[in-house]
Amino acid sequence: MKVLMFGWEFPPHISGGLGTACYGLVKGMNHHNQEVIFVVPKLWGDEEPLADFVNASDIRIDYREKRFKKFWKNLTYLEVSSFLVPYLGPEEFKKFTDYAIHDRTDVDESIFSSKFEFSGKYGKNLLEEVSRYALVAAQIARDKDNFDIIHAHDWLAFPAGIAAKEISGKPLVVHVHATEFDRSGETVNEPVYEIERAGMQAADHIVAVSQLTKNIIVRKYGIPAGKVTVLHNAVLDASIIKSEYEKKVPEKIVTFLGRITFQKGPEYFVEAAKKVIDRDPNVRFVMAGSGDLLNRMIDRVAELRMGTRFHFTGFLKGDDVDHMYAISDVYVMPSVSEPFGIAPLEAVRHNTPVIISKQSGVAEVLLNAIKVDFWDVDSMADAIFALLHYDGISRMFKELGSEELKKLKWEHVAAKLVTVYEKTLAERS
Amino acid sequence: MRTICFYFQVHQPFRLKPYRFFDIGEDHHYWDDFLNRNVIRKVAQKCYLPMNSLLLELIQQYQGKFKVAFSLSGTFLDQMEAYAPDVLESFQKLVATGQVELLNETYTHSLAALKSKEEFQRLVKKHQERIKELFDGYTPKIFRNTELIYSDQIGAMVAELGYEAVLTEGAKHVLGWKSPNYVYSNAIEPKLKVLLKNFLLSDDIAFRFSNKTWNDYPLTTDKFVNWINAIPKEEQVLNLFMDYETFGEHQWAETGIFEFMRHLPEAVLNQSNFTFSKPSEVAAAATSVGKIHVPVPISWADEERDLTAWLGNDMQDEAFDRLYELEKLVTDSDDPEIKRDWGYLQTSDHFYYMCTKFFSDGSVHEYFSPYDTPYDAFINYMNALSDFMLRVKEKQA
Repeated sequence: MKVLMFGWEFPPHISGGLGTACYGLVKGMNHHNQEVIFVVPKLWGDEEPLADFVNASDIRIDYREKRFKKFWKNLTYLEVSSFLVPYLGPEEFKKFTDYAIHDRTDVDESIFSSKFEFSGKYGKNLLEEVSRYALVAAQIARDKDNFDIIHAHDWLAFPAGIAAKEISGKPLVVHVHATEFDRSGETVNEPVYEIERAGMQAADHIVAVSQLTKNIIVRKYGIPAGKVTVLHNAVLDASIIKSEYEKKVPEKIVTFLGRITFQKGPEYFVEAAKKVIDRDPNVRFVMAGSGDLLNRMIDRVAELRMGTRFHFTGFLKGDDVDHMYAISDVYVMPSVSEPFGIAPLEAVRHNTPVIISKQSGVAEVLLNAIKVDFWDVDSMADAIFALLHYDGISRMFKELGSEELKKLKWEHVAAKLVTVYEKTLAERS
Repeated sequence: MRTICFYFQVHQPFRLKPYRFFDIGEDHHYWDDFLNRNVIRKVAQKCYLPMNSLLLELIQQYQGKFKVAFSLSGTFLDQMEAYAPDVLESFQKLVATGQVELLNETYTHSLAALKSKEEFQRLVKKHQERIKELFDGYTPKIFRNTELIYSDQIGAMVAELGYEAVLTEGAKHVLGWKSPNYVYSNAIEPKLKVLLKNFLLSDDIAFRFSNKTWNDYPLTTDKFVNWINAIPKEEQVLNLFMDYETFGEHQWAETGIFEFMRHLPEAVLNQSNFTFSKPSEVAAAATSVGKIHVPVPISWADEERDLTAWLGNDMQDEAFDRLYELEKLVTDSDDPEIKRDWGYLQTSDHFYYMCTKFFSDGSVHEYFSPYDTPYDAFINYMNALSDFMLRVKEKQA
């Protein structure tokens, strides 16, 4: 079987979990000798050669093809709100707009230019790039002997998937890694929601990263449950990491590591920290990461007068991420809405016991973790206190957690995915 | 006697280096030596060296008729000794002329006066000793507190230490209809005289000098002398207090600020009946016209002339309270490095960087801050302070 896959990013050039998940999935497909054509808006040239990569920026579009006009017409309405940038934190937004203003002047903006240089980021021109990506997809899909099935990852690639399906007549599987409801709560961006729904409706089958996400797809997008299969994410490497890095403070460390945004629930971590510190001052809390709620969290920590017990590291990269996990005694992920959430599994690899919110997909696969409602700061504080003081439970979590991890392999996910493909193809014929 | 009293503030803080959470418990050196050295060297070239040499020239030229006063903070003295011995030497030369007065302040440009009398006294004494040591036995008689922060209570503490006079801001809300151009006395200890900054004329030089949108741009010595001649003749003292970095740093050489100062003494002495005096001469000669009541502390910063540049938001208050909680542990300690670092951590600039008043005064704050945002300043300070707390408690155990 040959799969035509549309993604948005691929390691090493990634800014979120989507690229990592695509990488794991492609690697799993490789394990089963499945051929994958992987299209991304922009290739950097240093991607690991796991698939037959296609750089969308290199595709020349043949505008004599009349059907393309229809896609374009359907898509141009998206660009009305040019400030709609669903993914960016303030710093990235600034970086991107600077880039867009200073570096993009050479791009021919005419839609009838036959090639388009994608940035492949989550920037200001995101919606324009999404629609152009669909045109490229249509062009690629004309060569229909080349593949059996189409697979599109998240809404950014949904228009591409739909276009490829219409041109080629091949079945479409869409993969939902996150929905607009996870990213924005109840105040969704309408155009993004519309694209997501269109993709789900056009799809022959849908893959969701958790039961939690499947429920959202059924409830909020009106998709019949039978059309959605849950395939949990896995980890690339389940081995336990023995870090040489040592903690330099005598106190125990409780860590939040992730984007400091609404979705991740940082404020509940701060409130729980206060409750713990009131009981036991010999703990340090660390909030690692950056995001639009960072300053508000700093203000709150100062207001609660725990500035010498609650630390901020800013955005961590490279070794610092490993060091942070290595010196943590408890890892907390209080996400308000997390389709999956790979970070707690990284914590488990470092033998760090984890507390995760019930509103996260990862809670469905990680049994040996404490699970609390994100809003229940009392339970969260209780759980933190318990893991810090009662060695028995944290020892147990360490042992069992690492066992669980070994079962989460991408080749298992890929095997299930192949079954989904086969079923979808069988239903069509 | 009508007289002009010039006082210049010279201060540089020990700025913190980017001190990360990962450094807590391991790295006990908090100071950005590279940045601090660079700042001192840059300001030395643009301001301290050329302005000191100009003042020396003027003092020699006018033979006792031109005089000024300086307050050199202890953190500045320490950095000058380490990074700019040439600047130190030029200050020593100025003081040796006898026409330059040195004022006393808290050693580390600290806000201790607002929190702890004992620490305040310790820091004042330390500054006094340091000046004695560096300036050939010189003993200051006049006091100025960090950022001209003053209240009746602070004045009383200053009087208790034996000073004749204290300098502060001629804040509008304190003076009301009264003029800053008189000598006043402290409301609790009337023997302590209070000299008030004339902020209009001081700021004409310090802030507005190069402002081309200012109605009175360009400021010439003739214009300035006309203004001082217009001061009612019963008003005796004109206190011009400003940052020394005004000359060449805040107002670049290109603005003509050095030329203005070169010609000012001549214009004042020839075209007006004003003389120049040192603060101690003003305090000795003038009698107080009455008590000045300052129940709530004032300062020379921002439009409000209050403490909100350093204290008041949650971050500043948290940092300030956590720092001073350590007082007893630090004074009990016999580790000189702990004592030194505690002093340097008290420097008011650290709290100034955490200020969130973004509007009219924000641009001034930004100019002086090495951080992108007040939040960064808070995080960095608290990380360093957390390590310091570990050190202090370790010693105690």
